Amino acid sequence: MDIIATATNGASGVVSGRLPEEDCRRNFCEMHSPLEPNAARVEAERCYFCFDAPCIEACPTEIDIPGFIRMMSNHNPVGAAGLIFQENIMGGTCARACPVETLCEHACVRNQPDDRPVSIGLLQRYAVDQAMDQPASFFTRGAPSGKSVAVVGAGPAGLACAHRLAVLGHSVCIYEHRPKSGGLNEYGLAAYKMLDNFAQKEAQFITSIGGIEIEHGKRFGRDFDLRDLHRRHDAVFLSMGLGLTRTLGIPGEEAVGVEDAVDFISTLRQADQLSSLALGKRIVVIGGGMTAIDIAVQARLLGAEEVTIVYRGGPQKMKASIEEQEFAKIRGVIIRFWGQPICVQHEDGRVTGIEFSSTDRTLQADRADNFTIEADTVFRAIGQMPRLPDDDAGSFTLQDGRFVVDKERRTSQVGVWAGGDCIADGEDLTVSAVQDGKLAAISIDQYLSKSKAGES
Amino acid sequence: MPELKTTFAGIESPNPFWLASAPPTDKAYNVNRAFEAGWGGVVWKTLGEDGPPIVNVNGPRYAALHGKDRSVIGFNNIELITDRPLQINLEEIAQVKKDWPDRGLVVSLMVPCTEEAWKAVLTRVEDTGADGVELNFGCPHGMSERGMGAAVGQVPEYVEMVTAWCKDFSELPVIVKLTPNVTSIRPPACAAQRGGADAVSLINTISSVMSVDLDSFSVTPTIDRNGTHGGYCGPAVKPIALHMVSDIARDPDCAGLPISAIGGISNWRDAAEFILLGAGNVQVCTAAMTHGFKIIDDMVDGLARYLDDRQIESVEQAIGKAVPSLTDWQHLNLNYTAKAQIDQNLCIQCGRCHIACEDASHQAISATQNGSRHYEVIEKECVGCNLCVTVCPIEDCLTLRILDNEIDQRTNQMIRADDKLNWTAHPNNPMAAPGK
Repeated sequence: MDIIATATNGASGVVSGRLPEEDCRRNFCEMHSPLEPNAARVEAERCYFCFDAPCIEACPTEIDIPGFIRMMSNHNPVGAAGLIFQENIMGGTCARACPVETLCEHACVRNQPDDRPVSIGLLQRYAVDQAMDQPASFFTRGAPSGKSVAVVGAGPAGLACAHRLAVLGHSVCIYEHRPKSGGLNEYGLAAYKMLDNFAQKEAQFITSIGGIEIEHGKRFGRDFDLRDLHRRHDAVFLSMGLGLTRTLGIPGEEAVGVEDAVDFISTLRQADQLSSLALGKRIVVIGGGMTAIDIAVQARLLGAEEVTIVYRGGPQKMKASIEEQEFAKIRGVIIRFWGQPICVQHEDGRVTGIEFSSTDRTLQADRADNFTIEADTVFRAIGQMPRLPDDDAGSFTLQDGRFVVDKERRTSQVGVWAGGDCIADGEDLTVSAVQDGKLAAISIDQYLSKSKAGES
Repeated sequence: MPELKTTFAGIESPNPFWLASAPPTDKAYNVNRAFEAGWGGVVWKTLGEDGPPIVNVNGPRYAALHGKDRSVIGFNNIELITDRPLQINLEEIAQVKKDWPDRGLVVSLMVPCTEEAWKAVLTRVEDTGADGVELNFGCPHGMSERGMGAAVGQVPEYVEMVTAWCKDFSELPVIVKLTPNVTSIRPPACAAQRGGADAVSLINTISSVMSVDLDSFSVTPTIDRNGTHGGYCGPAVKPIALHMVSDIARDPDCAGLPISAIGGISNWRDAAEFILLGAGNVQVCTAAMTHGFKIIDDMVDGLARYLDDRQIESVEQAIGKAVPSLTDWQHLNLNYTAKAQIDQNLCIQCGRCHIACEDASHQAISATQNGSRHYEVIEKECVGCNLCVTVCPIEDCLTLRILDNEIDQRTNQMIRADDKLNWTAHPNNPMAAPGK
């Protein structure tokens, strides 16, 4: 990925067209180039096919990684994809967006002798891409059970749950308030991770099994509530993600130019013309997670001149891995640690800068001065909260506003399961959401077959 | 540095590395390039009798067994002997020998099994000034259908007869190239010696069908939907060649017969192994075909350093040093006891040793300790079979420890290094010599 930000339009303030469209497109090329066939075979050969492989354990969906790599090395990429889909129907997105350096590749035993793990993510992508390019039927819908399940939200958890339920013969109705399926795969992941409309292709691939109906434009709490779902369906899976962005809670936050990172990314992901996006010249991002990295890097790729991430802790504490931090730095993002925002500065209602207090306790008191960064845009990337209808919120056991679930992803309410970002202790990863959906579907199936037995 | 110059069957060459009779030695152009690169000698690609030239297939004549990184592990060919006119070959041989007087130049020959045919060709070869001849009794494909090559090499009587003719008709050293496509290599080797051979060379290629094209249902290399068996060579055949070379080297019936070793020799280490097992020099083909002539640099340098490190002054001195180590199974010391041991500092915990031992051997490597990944040898189960050492991806992580003055946990027997017992004297052997 080359950055052509040098040709940027240096106009101050928030303007569109910082880079010509073709430069934007070039900047938003593939984050990691897919493997060529020969490179894939050579890389597959590096796998030691460990016994009880640590990479499987490190994968939230427990994909049989050595198993699929063995199939790949034996010229059977479609079989490999089948093995991946068995555990993770979103193997395609996960191959693109998973922080593999903290998951499967982190566990790879080749880190020790070679200092370089097997490129599991790229191999998975190779296998899945080959399979999705050709019509191969990996799953067939089970015999109709006569049961209907409501799924709220067509994101990774919802789609994964719906798919598994369809495999098991149940009918699924997904209620999705946005016009497209895919959830954060479509609206939230960085654009350079999900090129070529992949989220839609994948959603299409998943729902092609049949028995899954998606009603778009239906928002939980506005257009329907839990009672409606119980009335119409035999079980409910809640996977509506998070709706409310946390605020900084500091003076001046209401100024024009203070925005939610997720909103900007969502707009970016849906933009036909990247150059048409209005973008600041000097941008400050508050936060330390993947969203902070994603917005900062994308702002640079769109032509923002100075992008600074300010995080209240140090590099090790940052939720974004060291690799992701490096990825951002190489693309010209400045990362400043140990800063807590205390005040947004503004003139005529527009942001002009943001002041921070130092949180570095190792510094002498007299050196731990406040500092200010000039900015025309401040992006909040400090996490989100679920948006639960007031009527329903009281009927669940919640923790920090999120559903508390058991191992099978059952909520405290009988007949209601939950997964994805809206559950407590959620990992904020596509791959974890897929696992939630899968486990919930298996549990729902057991529940439904028991209730069926009870009826007869 | 040690002396790499060798005299093999009376033929001198500056190093023991010759190019085997094969495509790289088919023309003066290639041979000149080989000599420029530093090869000690060549065996010119097999000449046939005078007359209309041999016809080769015009489709693929080679095929390979590849490693996953496309390295060539095994190689086969359905090419015949030289398809160039005899006279042109002879003229080029004469010129090359003149231009490179210090290199070994041997001419490989294959003509029908008649005295006249051999006499005719030998006379003309002698006129070139070549250093010797190699009788191709080895090629298993094509020419063998016409009663030549392996068809001769598989019948010891023919081997002896033709060798004797050649010794009669020519003053040149005669090297007999043997086919491995026999039950035992000893009878043809001894036959060659009885016929008066100055040396034998082996192995020629092994009869092989390289692969089947899964789409066309045809064997490869495919010639218009058909294929035929070819001759197999390359790194994969080295262990077979080592066995056959050493089998001759330790056979008292053909003691002292010089051996030019051929078979998957790709580097100095391979060459050193063959020399230690009795070879007087080595011949290389596949490695040169897949990597070019420059591999000679590593071969010469590596072998010289190896000999130097061990204070061996010449190739001559290294010949056969490992031959006494080779014996029959019945003479192996059955009291020699090994146990696998894992260097936990090197172990990367891939678990390959565990699963190999668990599924295919003696369940002697445990996989967990206090609930976490940890691989440990269970000495009371370990038979020291070496499977774990073989599958461990980390060099020196898994090794065998030899017991001495120690109780074998598996058998509860005291093991002492000097207490030897082989099958000939073992109590379980009904044929054991009494009192031994």
